[in-house]
Amino acid sequence: MLALLLVAVGGGLGAAARFVVDGEVRARHGGGFPWGTFVVNVSGSFLIGTFSTLFHTLTWYGVSPDVAHLVQFALTTGLCGGYTTFSTATVESVRLARSGRLRLALANTLGTLLVTVLAAAAGVAAGGLFV
Amino acid sequence: MSDRFFPHLSSVHEGNRRVKSAPHRDWRYVGLVALGGAGGSVARYLVSMWAGILLTPLTIAFPGASGTILWFPVGTLVVNLVGAFALGYLLEALARRGRETVRRRKIRLGIGTGVLGGFTTYSALALEVQELLGQGMPWLALLYAALTLAGGTATCLSGIALAARADRRREGR
Repeated sequence: MLALLLVAVGGGLGAAARFVVDGEVRARHGGGFPWGTFVVNVSGSFLIGTFSTLFHTLTWYGVSPDVAHLVQFALTTGLCGGYTTFSTATVESVRLARSGRLRLALANTLGTLLVTVLAAAAGVAAGGLFV
Repeated sequence: MSDRFFPHLSSVHEGNRRVKSAPHRDWRYVGLVALGGAGGSVARYLVSMWAGILLTPLTIAFPGASGTILWFPVGTLVVNLVGAFALGYLLEALARRGRETVRRRKIRLGIGTGVLGGFTTYSALALEVQELLGQGMPWLALLYAALTLAGGTATCLSGIALAARADRRREGR
């Protein structure tokens, strides 16, 4: 039950943050490429990488394993899960392709995957600096 | 709010008036997205757990491959493919109804941006691919990424096609 509550709160906050960040990025870069979703997914992937090391870090600093697990769970599955989105990224690629901008569509699909995986790896490395 | 500050914004119709607005700066819309995101995230957690449990018989049938199968993040794959289908359907159905009214905007932001955005996840995909690569399983990482991207595009297109068909039937009546 506590796990469901943590996912709901984290996911709700994450989704709201995505909505605001996406809107603000769009306001500055209107048109062609869906930069808003890209920025959200890359920053969220960096964060999940960092948060994925939290259990290790927190227990190293003496936090009980139960608490450390819940904190990591709320921030990864809850916050980062709700913040990032696969469905919107896919719809945006499909829309680019259907409007004849096939290269941009392909760049969005493959580019997002590549950059988010690199961001996750950088996040894991950054998380390791705290121990 | 003036067009000068928000030239990118789509207009919304309130009665006969067209008004420009920035929904992401309106706390009521942000709250709506948060509410939807909370529900979508809980559903993602439950469905991806359930999908993982479904794999257990496979590991009994193929004990030799159990390590590989258990490491395949099928839960994330399932929610992402289902979510891409549903968002493709929803946005196409809404677009075919015509101009965006306040009610349609609430549906688009609450269900689309909130529920379906929160239901699917890119960060888990990125971290899982990174972990598979880190564990020396580049082919599994590539297979997982390819299945997600190609499968997501396919389910999204099916959702759009299905919404288009439903709309043509509605028009035909």
